[in-house]
Amino acid sequence: MGTYIIRRILQMILIMLLVTVIVFLMVRLLPGDPILMFLSSQDLEQITQEQIDHLKHELGLDRPMIIQYFEWLGQVSHGDLGRSLINRNKIIDDVKRRLPITFQLGALAFIISILIGIPVGVVAAVTRGSWLDNLLTSLGNLGICIPSFWLGILLIYMVSYKLDLLPMFGFVSFFKDPWGNIQHIILPVICLGLAPIATGIRLTRSSMLEVLRQDYIRTAWSKGLKQQSVIIGHALKNGLIPVITVKGMTLAAIVGGSVLIETVFSIPGMGRLAVEGLFAQDYSIVQACLLIGGTVTLGANLLVDLSYGWLDPRIRYR
Amino acid sequence: MSKKANKNVDFTEAPPRINETRRFLRVFIGRPVVIIGAVIMFVFFICALIPGLLAPYDPIKQDLKSVLAPPGPGHVLGTDALGRDMFSRVIYGARTALIIATSAIAFSAVVGTVLGLAAGYFGGWTYTIIMRFIDALMAFPGMLLMLTIAALLGGGIKMVIIALGVGGISGYTRVMCGQVMSIRENDYILAERSLGASSRRIMFNHLFPNAFPPMIVMMTLAIGMTIMAEAGLSYLGIGVKEPTIAWGSLVNDGNNYLLSFPLLSLAPGAAIALAVFGFNMVGDGLRDALDPRLRGTL
Repeated sequence: MGTYIIRRILQMILIMLLVTVIVFLMVRLLPGDPILMFLSSQDLEQITQEQIDHLKHELGLDRPMIIQYFEWLGQVSHGDLGRSLINRNKIIDDVKRRLPITFQLGALAFIISILIGIPVGVVAAVTRGSWLDNLLTSLGNLGICIPSFWLGILLIYMVSYKLDLLPMFGFVSFFKDPWGNIQHIILPVICLGLAPIATGIRLTRSSMLEVLRQDYIRTAWSKGLKQQSVIIGHALKNGLIPVITVKGMTLAAIVGGSVLIETVFSIPGMGRLAVEGLFAQDYSIVQACLLIGGTVTLGANLLVDLSYGWLDPRIRYR
Repeated sequence: MSKKANKNVDFTEAPPRINETRRFLRVFIGRPVVIIGAVIMFVFFICALIPGLLAPYDPIKQDLKSVLAPPGPGHVLGTDALGRDMFSRVIYGARTALIIATSAIAFSAVVGTVLGLAAGYFGGWTYTIIMRFIDALMAFPGMLLMLTIAALLGGGIKMVIIALGVGGISGYTRVMCGQVMSIRENDYILAERSLGASSRRIMFNHLFPNAFPPMIVMMTLAIGMTIMAEAGLSYLGIGVKEPTIAWGSLVNDGNNYLLSFPLLSLAPGAAIALAVFGFNMVGDGLRDALDPRLRGTL
């Protein structure tokens, strides 16, 4: 188990480095000169070529790409994400303010996706072919087809406007106003969690059906074990392996989905920051968002790999 | 055929041949939900290929005399802020969705196939470099990655296709690579190599045709997801631009009038959900029907 963990962590560091290379290159190699983006807010007509060159030198954009990369990497590893090109604020301050908001939404969506998706999937698998299974499977199939942002709009219209039950948009910090916070996050969390719940149901069901077909499950039944201990004690752990594998990707999907949902509900989180950065062509912000998104996903995948060890003894003893 | 009957089979005779096509069709159309999906898919294709057949109006013709008309006999879904018939716009949106989804999937499948073939066939450093790069690409939340690429490239239909295409590369590369690695150990590949076949010949004439079938199901299942991702980009205003009609941008446009004219954003969103549902159900049905573990069963 020890070597397994160490190998995974080393792999993750390598991939993280590659992620930084991609983030760095993507913004620089794609069309659009960052210096012109920087100037776009000012008067382009008045500025001379010398001034542009001077600015490039000041921002370090005239040095070889590889030196720029390592300089940038050094800054980033110290938590310095640079300054916004638009308002010259330190990006890290923005991130510190916005990350907890997205974290709260994402974590809740992730938790409900586990708490609802897995049990419902198990029930559907155990009652295979019954009306209950058909109902739950249909709900799962439906859930992956509904665009989250559209569900958000629908809920705003039905729940907030027609029924007047919850606020339409915005965000309040939990520490300032706990009740207001809960009211504001209910709808966004539902929207963010819908697709992960639906995927969870579908995947748990098919994986459980696969496991329930195995010989050792038949043995467990013929030993005279109760349904509960066959399903939970023997089938569930093995049935969960593919579900856990996907959970890392689920988190990535939630982070990506927050871009849409935070826009729908006007929530000032990281997703909104990314969209604002893209619209303002502020590539430092975009870089920061990509970097944080990548780190979160890689961290989640590392946790997934480690939980295999707990689920599957074959990995634990390797 | 039941297990009981199997026991009485006379082993001196060959077992009856099973018609694979019939088995495929039976599994495929065995579930009503797959049929519903296929019908939706059919309607979607009609909307995309011959929208004029169903759309009562020109989708971009403005009629400032009937701005924001409520749904009624003239305009089934009402009109938008510029007096354009919403129903016609939703129908024409299918064309954009189809063009983008198929092109983006073709893009990612082609790039993914080439990368996966190379990684799986050559192994060693080629494998390490390609697959670690794919790992890194997968580390980004898909939506964020596609959004950034589309925005940096400047939006528009071609750029959206590239952005969605890049987002899909990793899945195809991994599947292709895995397939190739298992197939290349077969004797017929060894035989081909000992006959002096070039790497290119082995890769494209032998490995590729054998490794490709699982990708077909993957591509079918990807259509729904790609339509959804494209809608997300257009909703944020980073995807396709006017006058191209995309469902996502229709939802976004209508959002401004949500409280008084909810159908303007809810109707195109429902179209997205329906189309995705249709493709997903057909994809599921196809996957089950082509499942190799079911081969040989009646």
